[in-house]
Amino acid sequence: MSDQSQNAGQEATPAAAPPAPAEAPEAPKPVDVGKIKAILEANDSARMRMWLSICSRCGLCAESCFFYLANNKDPKLSPAYKAINSIGKLYRAKGEVSREFLESLEDVIWGQCTTCKRCSMYCPFGIDIASMIAVARAVCYSQGIVPDGLARTTDNILRTGNQMEMPDEEWIETCNWMAEEYGEEIYGLEIPVDKQGADYMYTVNPREPMYYPQDVGMAAEIFHLAGLDWTVPSTGWDATNLAMFAGNKAVAAIPVKNMYDAAVKLGVGAIVITECGHAFRSAKFEGPYFLGIPGGKPPVPVIHSVELFRDIMRDGKIKLKHKFKHKVTYQDPCNVSRNGGLWDVGRELVNLLCEDFVDMSPNRELNHCCGGGGGYIPMGPPFKKRRMISGKVKADQIKATGADYVIVPCHNCFDQINDLNKEYELGVKVVSFKEIITELMVIPESMIPPEEDEEEALAQEEAMEEVSEEANKEASEVEGN
Amino acid sequence: MAMDKLYEFLIGPALWVAVIVFVGGLAVRLAWLYGLSRERDKPWHDFEDPKWAWRSIIHWVLPWLSVSSRRQPVFTGAVWVFHILWIGVPLFLEAHNLLFEEAWGWSLPSLPAGLADWLTLVVIACVLFFLVRRLTRPEVRVLTSAWDYFLILLALSPFATGWLAYHQVGPYGLMLNLHIFLAEVLLVIIPFSKLGHLVLFFVSRASIGYDFGTRRGARVW
Repeated sequence: MSDQSQNAGQEATPAAAPPAPAEAPEAPKPVDVGKIKAILEANDSARMRMWLSICSRCGLCAESCFFYLANNKDPKLSPAYKAINSIGKLYRAKGEVSREFLESLEDVIWGQCTTCKRCSMYCPFGIDIASMIAVARAVCYSQGIVPDGLARTTDNILRTGNQMEMPDEEWIETCNWMAEEYGEEIYGLEIPVDKQGADYMYTVNPREPMYYPQDVGMAAEIFHLAGLDWTVPSTGWDATNLAMFAGNKAVAAIPVKNMYDAAVKLGVGAIVITECGHAFRSAKFEGPYFLGIPGGKPPVPVIHSVELFRDIMRDGKIKLKHKFKHKVTYQDPCNVSRNGGLWDVGRELVNLLCEDFVDMSPNRELNHCCGGGGGYIPMGPPFKKRRMISGKVKADQIKATGADYVIVPCHNCFDQINDLNKEYELGVKVVSFKEIITELMVIPESMIPPEEDEEEALAQEEAMEEVSEEANKEASEVEGN
Repeated sequence: MAMDKLYEFLIGPALWVAVIVFVGGLAVRLAWLYGLSRERDKPWHDFEDPKWAWRSIIHWVLPWLSVSSRRQPVFTGAVWVFHILWIGVPLFLEAHNLLFEEAWGWSLPSLPAGLADWLTLVVIACVLFFLVRRLTRPEVRVLTSAWDYFLILLALSPFATGWLAYHQVGPYGLMLNLHIFLAEVLLVIIPFSKLGHLVLFFVSRASIGYDFGTRRGARVW
């Protein structure tokens, strides 16, 4: 009940920053050592033991890390240093640590690491530092130490099952609204809800229905034009999982379970993840372990939009008026490329769509994190300055390509690169694959709506513009930090 | 003479103890970690696949196949040479093989004495390079504790004392005994320290190979 009252006064977005609820700054809370010990014990795996003991302090990981590179090669930003001084110390002290120590960790494990896993590629032993940092996050979270923006998302998931606490009814309304709007452009377009036995179940990032409903509309256009048998679920439609980055495994299991349950109930062929990186990581790789599914695989195959769009374009299911003519570069989201193995698929799609593609350097699985991953964007204003400083590595990469457009199949990268664009005056446009495809696709004769009263059509067009302007405005207010 | 008695002891019972602790320690540690992994490292076992283990290992066993090793080519080269010689020189040293022959009537081929002598100097040079690197590169120095310096010097010590004994620098008997003693200390410490990477390197690389490769379809080198 008190939840409800907090609920009402609270902006439903991680980027806005109302005062954190129920934080009493005066009374220092004691440390619940028992809880910490339990988390450390649960994660005291063979790999954890091995990693902590065999690190030979060679320092090769330092150069993998954009925090290190962007901050004058501060040796304390090397991944090994961060791991040894967070999770390493927690294990060494057997969890018997002070509150001050845990509070000092917040900066390290959230403020200096996006768990992008690039350091694992640089380590001769392949030590998975990101996974170790994730355990340190779980320890801190258990003591109420977590950036407010992330804490809010876990509260939202607990209350409503999705991170932006959008009621399911509103989600359906948005789908219907978009079906109507985009049905004006494409005859017969619909957004089928809970269609039993569809080939694909499309899931989104809640910020799409919330702030960029066009994103849902564009996806519908693409799927309809390609003639796919698809659906959206009425529950379990949030593919994102910021609880995963906040360090709360129990809460992280909730959205994944909702999604899997919906897919199983509907008997769909595959779950499709929108252009979002961490949602893919959660749904395809981590989710099964949050839920303890034997074998570690989701009950239904999970694919990323990049894969589905690539198949659609490669198979000629959608024709283009012409290829995209501007010079483009491609941002490999960590959780799509390095941690998802889709770097070649992404490039194939870019090349199917664009005629002038120039890669960043480094690229593919060796790309640098945009600086907004691992929960960094939702951590909001308190971390923004640092995000801009460490994002310089990405800004420089983009600048060096000389591209006018950056294609980004991930919401966190999208926001971060937009911010970098302003901060470093890159003069680029940041776009998703959906935007490029829908801009250039040929609508077949059979799908061109029958002629209407011209005035009516015009009025509707204006209304559409207003809608998207409003949405954009709202979104930029939210991100305007 | 006391030195002879000590020699008899070091090359007799002490050596047995050292070798048993070394082999047994590594075996027990491996078995224990494996048992723990069956219980707590589900992703590891869910995605086991020899192909990815092999790929993950080979890209770091051979030099310059990984992007990180190419970024510091001199260090990588030194590490590679050091590890090969650290294992190879003692195994194929003539003096050691004479002892094997004496003890078991069986031995490995021997390196020419002059070559082994030079290769020992190379090992010493590599370690000096590692020490200088550790002290001069801030991102390495900040990670290094006294224990790390101790271990690297310990790893070098049998080579240094062996070289001195061979060249009869200093009191030969003492140097020889010191050589054997330090090698035994090293053998005993390996299984219980980060030097356990002698075998755990392969385990660690295999497990990350499964995680990135089999599970996510991605390379990790």
